[in-house]
Amino acid sequence: MRISVIGAGVAGLTVAYEFVRAGCNVVVTERRAASGRGCSFYAGGMLAPWCEAESSEPVVVDLGFEALAYWRDVVPVASRNGSLLVAPARDLPELTRFGRRTSHFEALDTEAIGALEPDLAGRFGRALYFKDEAHLDPREAVVALERLLRDSGLATFRFDTDADDKGAGDIDADWTIDCRGFAAKDRLPDLRGVKGEMLILQTRDISFSRPIQLLHPRTPVYIVPRADGRFMVGATMVENEERGRVTARAMLDLLGAAYTVHPAFGEAEIVEMGCDLRPAFPDNLPRIRREGRRLFVNGLFRHGFLLAPALASRARRMVLDGAHFPEVSDADQRQRQSA
Amino acid sequence: MPWKSSCPDKAAEMTDTLSFYGETLTSRLLVGTALYPSPAILADAIRASGAEVVTVSLRRESGAGRAGESFWSLIRNLGVRVLPNTAGCRTVKEAVTTAEMARDVFGTPWIKLEVIGEDDTLQPDVFGLVEAARILSRDGFNVFPYTTEDLVVAEKLLAAGCEVLMPWGAPIGTGRGLNNPYGLKAMRAHFPGVPLVVDAGIGTPSHAAAAMELGYDAILLNTAIAKAGDPVAMAKAFALALDAGRLGYRAGPMEPRDMAAPSTPVIGRAFTGVARA
Repeated sequence: MRISVIGAGVAGLTVAYEFVRAGCNVVVTERRAASGRGCSFYAGGMLAPWCEAESSEPVVVDLGFEALAYWRDVVPVASRNGSLLVAPARDLPELTRFGRRTSHFEALDTEAIGALEPDLAGRFGRALYFKDEAHLDPREAVVALERLLRDSGLATFRFDTDADDKGAGDIDADWTIDCRGFAAKDRLPDLRGVKGEMLILQTRDISFSRPIQLLHPRTPVYIVPRADGRFMVGATMVENEERGRVTARAMLDLLGAAYTVHPAFGEAEIVEMGCDLRPAFPDNLPRIRREGRRLFVNGLFRHGFLLAPALASRARRMVLDGAHFPEVSDADQRQRQSA
Repeated sequence: MPWKSSCPDKAAEMTDTLSFYGETLTSRLLVGTALYPSPAILADAIRASGAEVVTVSLRRESGAGRAGESFWSLIRNLGVRVLPNTAGCRTVKEAVTTAEMARDVFGTPWIKLEVIGEDDTLQPDVFGLVEAARILSRDGFNVFPYTTEDLVVAEKLLAAGCEVLMPWGAPIGTGRGLNNPYGLKAMRAHFPGVPLVVDAGIGTPSHAAAAMELGYDAILLNTAIAKAGDPVAMAKAFALALDAGRLGYRAGPMEPRDMAAPSTPVIGRAFTGVARA
């Protein structure tokens, strides 16, 4: 069977790899010059399903669990060191609220925080530690996926090629899996973009083994450690569809949060600032929508790396086995919301 | 009294309406649209609250040009009246510009005017507020000023053209309820004919009921619903609390007293105040 995948972000690449693993021939078409240059490029890469329970529907949490095994076994790029939540003394009620809505964490005191993350010793009185969570570097994950696809001999890539709603650039395939993210708004009118801004800092003065989330009533911020003393700090969430304009306010918020977590971030180098649009449906839940022999995998919102594995395997089973998955279908939205 | 029994009379209920700038409303709950888990939950919560007015922040979501259009059209499709706000504005100029843009986007002269003066409490800058209210009222806006319970500021806002006042219960997002019930009571007594809305600081339905029992005309809140574990259920809880508080106010609450007053008559008993052997 021949499968056309449009879009080489995390959704497209995981979908492509699912079909390759099932022995299909896959052509990946991407309008940019390389894989993972859309909003996957700016993702935090937190694999934190238990934390997600605080603000997401149960279906996000359930689908998210599948990511932990996927990024450990299938594409082994994740570090499984858990994640740590802290709050400034004046925002401690946020930590209490977070704990009330989530599970599978340990409440740590100052001493335990210092034992876990020595650079945070003495800085916070309380923290929540979700020890089974993981994180990855999205850019590394994209490279690893592309390599697996190329090594399989079953996948071909077409970059700088626009496959839009008119079918231009479509190839002769048995099925088309449309994974274009926000660009698919031409075919999915209920899709909207939610702007996110992030930055990358680099410093040798601080090292973390796991993502640190700083709770704040308006802008919760996470700091994800990456190789070479780099830290991804993200991300704002703004209800507009403006691509590529990083505001001073966003940087003030993100840098302020980083500085609160550790003052040594004040001396860090700003390596990069970026922003893009998260594709979201009105309920912020992912969908696989079918139109004839075309599947739309979209609406991953701020959970690209967390949800892509679960959606990819469902897309594969829908095509190859004729399976139906109410948790990612339109008709069952009400049902899955009340679950 | 319009209320004859504990069971609200439908006809009487219909007559208990509220009016802002000549527009009549039946719901006394005004709801903010920020911080919800998703627009779908926001829509469900608005429906459950029965609110006929929602506030929308333009400053943050606007971006350049009309980049916020997707979200705004979701708001417009809720089928309720939109009260755009100038949340996050710190100067008169910013607030006026934002108000003008809001009028453009939502086609309404209504504007909830916020001029924030201080970061830790997000307390209104009442000097800037009065000035912005004057400019906007002169320009044809119907201004809903977010203010403190200060009576002199309130007088000046009315003089500037405001026909509604919105004093805080407590600082924005704190959920502390009514920090100064005495001040709010004094304000109610001082401006008997002006629609008064408690805006900000409401955390629980009982806070909202307490404000209604003081005789306030309406409540504006956001975080208490948006950040609840179940926003839709909390929206319903607030609707019920507002009804209870309003009904209680109109029913004429009893005066508190210091000594117990038995609710069963004791006349005819041989001794009172002596324990039975």
